Amino acid sequence: MNYIPHTQAEKQEMLKAIGVKSVDELFKDIPAALMPKSFDMPPGRSEFELMEHFKKLSGKNAAGLINFIGGGFYDHYIPAAVDSLASRPEFYTAYTPYQPECSQGWLQAIYEYQTIICELTGLDVSNASLYDGGTALYEAAMMAVRLTGRKKIIVDSGVSLIYRTMLYTYTSNLAIEFIETPVVHGQSCREDIYKNLDDNTAAVIVQNPNFFGAVDDFSDITDRVHKKGALAIASVYPVSLGILKSPAEMGFDIATGEGQSLGIPLSFGGPYLGFIAVKKEHMRQLPGRIVGATLDQDGKRGFVLTLQAREQHIRRERATSNICSNEALCALRALIYSCLLGKRGLQVLAELNYQKAEFAKSILGQVPKVMVKKSSPTFNEFTLELPKNADEVVTAMIAKGVACGFPLGRFYKGLDNYLLVAVTEKRTKEEIVKFAKILEECLCS
Amino acid sequence: MQLIFEKSSSGRQGYSLPKSDVPKADSLPGKYCRVTQANLPEVSELDVVRHFSALARLNFSVDTNFYPLGSCTMKYNPKFTEKIAALEGFSSPHPLVPQLSGGGILAQGSLEVLYHMERLLSEITGMAAFTMQPLAGAHGELTGVMLISAYHKSNGSRRKHIIIPDSSHGTNPASAAIAGYDVVVIPTDKSGSFDMELYKKALNNETAAVMLTCPDTLGLFNPKIKEIADLAHRVGALMYYDGANLNAILGKCRPGDIGFDVVHLNLHKTFATPHGGGGPGAGPVGVSGKLIDFLPISRVAKKDDGTYFLDYQNRKTIGYIAPFYGNFAVILKAYAYILALGREGLIEASENAVLNANYCLSRLRDYFDLPFDKICMHECVFSASRQLQNGVHALDIAKYLIDKGFHPPTIYFPLIVKEAMMIEPTETESKETLDNFIEAMIEASKLSEENPQILHSAPLTMPVKRLDETRAAREPNLRWKP
Amino acid sequence: MLVPDNIFFTKDHEWAKIEGDEAIIGITDFAQSSLGDITFIDLPKIGEALKQSAVYATVESVKAASDVYSPLSGKVLRVNNDLALHPELVNKSPYESGWFVVMKIADLAEKNNLMDAKKYKDYIENLSK
Repeated sequence: MNYIPHTQAEKQEMLKAIGVKSVDELFKDIPAALMPKSFDMPPGRSEFELMEHFKKLSGKNAAGLINFIGGGFYDHYIPAAVDSLASRPEFYTAYTPYQPECSQGWLQAIYEYQTIICELTGLDVSNASLYDGGTALYEAAMMAVRLTGRKKIIVDSGVSLIYRTMLYTYTSNLAIEFIETPVVHGQSCREDIYKNLDDNTAAVIVQNPNFFGAVDDFSDITDRVHKKGALAIASVYPVSLGILKSPAEMGFDIATGEGQSLGIPLSFGGPYLGFIAVKKEHMRQLPGRIVGATLDQDGKRGFVLTLQAREQHIRRERATSNICSNEALCALRALIYSCLLGKRGLQVLAELNYQKAEFAKSILGQVPKVMVKKSSPTFNEFTLELPKNADEVVTAMIAKGVACGFPLGRFYKGLDNYLLVAVTEKRTKEEIVKFAKILEECLCS
Repeated sequence: MQLIFEKSSSGRQGYSLPKSDVPKADSLPGKYCRVTQANLPEVSELDVVRHFSALARLNFSVDTNFYPLGSCTMKYNPKFTEKIAALEGFSSPHPLVPQLSGGGILAQGSLEVLYHMERLLSEITGMAAFTMQPLAGAHGELTGVMLISAYHKSNGSRRKHIIIPDSSHGTNPASAAIAGYDVVVIPTDKSGSFDMELYKKALNNETAAVMLTCPDTLGLFNPKIKEIADLAHRVGALMYYDGANLNAILGKCRPGDIGFDVVHLNLHKTFATPHGGGGPGAGPVGVSGKLIDFLPISRVAKKDDGTYFLDYQNRKTIGYIAPFYGNFAVILKAYAYILALGREGLIEASENAVLNANYCLSRLRDYFDLPFDKICMHECVFSASRQLQNGVHALDIAKYLIDKGFHPPTIYFPLIVKEAMMIEPTETESKETLDNFIEAMIEASKLSEENPQILHSAPLTMPVKRLDETRAAREPNLRWKP
Repeated sequence: MLVPDNIFFTKDHEWAKIEGDEAIIGITDFAQSSLGDITFIDLPKIGEALKQSAVYATVESVKAASDVYSPLSGKVLRVNNDLALHPELVNKSPYESGWFVVMKIADLAEKNNLMDAKKYKDYIENLSK
């Protein structure tokens, strides 16, 4: 199947109109010496054969595990309406709305999405989305460097190791100094942050809840950061914002995060959704597409891509970012999901996650030799200290159908016996009790 | 149309969540809790369904309209690939699963997709290896430039500048600059090619790379491409291939054979994954042998027993470009597309893409100026400079095409062509569709002489007329407020 | 195209009105008309040092961003804060209410590198040919 409509007769007619005898003549600018040395590709296959092939292939991924793995990416329920509406081809087979008059649906949807992100974070301005939570954090860090003209960034080690690694990778050729400050008893170490905070600091970056699941009130830190003329940046988990203090309420200048939890499937790592929101005064340093409302010739409201003079297609090497596309379809899913939940639904969902996780803490804490880290309050994810290597426990429990969490030793030295457990609204009381029972068996054996 | 927020009615509910089945725990202490709730709309599920169905209908899309947006390869997106990506076994796995010890075995299906896709893309482009991590074309560019930098650094100096033609995509200079390089711009000469004399002058041992699109953004294949690559290699610079236009040369020519060292592909262009209103795309990056050690981690590898695993042992790796293994669902759809087309299908795709573009070119050349008059590859670039003599801009023609039911071509790019109109029909469009579009273009050209006012006032059939972009930029209104 | 007498011009279409050891600077009528509707102007801060022919401001329109070069060297004394809310003043009145910055001149001799009104008029006439 090649999806090409032309019949032989039509092709001949077209070649005649062009004034050539064969298609080969159209490729005459490619020197003969540059013909492919090989093009060893398999022959094409029918749709039916491929459907069967991929069904089999998808069956090679483990199915039916009860999932307690989070680590910044969560197994939330996705309402059917999200899939149904985001599958409309007028959305997914369109492109960036360069021509506003025939793209009002997309433009309005992005404007609504920007509003949702502003509401969740409490901040003033957002954009049409970024690739993922990690690239969003990188863009925020670069904004701070541009806005302050400074090159030192303090990063709390409660920020996901994945995102910290991405930050360091992206900036490896720029003279930016990163200082990591420790997490003590689950909380960001104020003392270390303040010790390093000085007149050269562009930003302090924290995460809420942090990678260990602990929630914090960072108002004291943002206050100190501002006194030094630096910016405060938070990476946040959007579902938690149904309960947790918003970045704006804590005084952050920039909030970023991974929007996967808002109606986007885990899909083995992507596509996901990076979001960013900033205070109004930083608007012109935002990266990426931004949609704004305006009026048409008759004074009717309409939407356009705006503030484009920041972007690569105009400013080229002096743009705020090299980003061209965004994750519009994922942003649309997040928007639809947020609309279905609504103001009250988001609170109920967040509360449900919190309650289930608290229950899991109480049940798992009763398993002999297992300790729940209680020094900090948590949202829907928490840390367990096990009497043996958590990696081994995870392997043993997977064999019994429970993906019981993420072993922290993989990302943090010296935490080999620690397990990070996430409990979303999808986990039932029964599953949590089963988790505790199997954990006990695994630890006894 | 009303915003969803304007349809909100306090107390209305569109969600359905399970009741809590666990005993109630103490609430989170107040100091951690928000005081002002996020003001999300309060609407019913049907309100949401009607709202977004109505919004969908306000868009032009490939499934509803011819969409010859140059440089974007808006070809048809086969439906079966959507169905594959939605299979529970692909959409539900958590990306951290294969990172657990012994977890690889739980993700063999997905790892196999990534492993095989890497091999297919390597064969298509003639490169030694690929990373699937980059999440979009521009993201691939940044990855590629970072690989180039790491390579040079390992040889003592990362070098200072990257050479880029003035006809390039804006992302090229932006990516180079963000990775810490100066940009040296080479102008296009009168024949539409890279100015060789100026290129030779600019090239020296501080040149880290030469970044090119091939065929270039004028839709032309530069016959001197090999010479350009050889000259760059002679001073130790690397060649970077922007794969935006790969759809023109599948099975006809491979960047690796020309001598390119780094390649990024846009799976959403060449390999037919939906553009999603601006994304998600995917921008895998291929490299020649000498750059493999620098590729991002993890990489997918195969054991002797035939199982796949994540390999984190790339010693000189630049690090993580994405949180995991790339935009997996997008990669999966592109993989299914490549398997469907197979060797002959891919070649036919390019041949027919080039045929369609040349058909548009030859039928429109009498009506519009052609700044570089020769056989094109997968897209052709006209100028509305003739129409401008009657006060008609490329923008006016674009808006008229909207009234005729066509998404306009890319306009005002490449920047080196005045009043540019860049038409990329793609291989999936029929002759009738092209003929109808061509007729509309010819009509626009005639109207520019007979009645330009019609063009100036277009579009008239859309939900809004021309929008005031100056107002939007001067008084930014970027979110709804009650 | 408006070209007032008694002020000085650069090849990049900036102007300077010299009053004692201070200069008012901005962009010319020719510049504003080729840029189109100006949407935003990024101005320097008070106290910032300007260098002749070096970029000191950026002007944005809907589809372009252009650098603005200083006609003289010196220090920023005042900036036109009205432009933040009303960038259109530069379109409406480039030489009066659309001024950018008042500067303290560092070296008056640099004036010799600028064009007077007559020369600038010839210059832009040649450009439009």
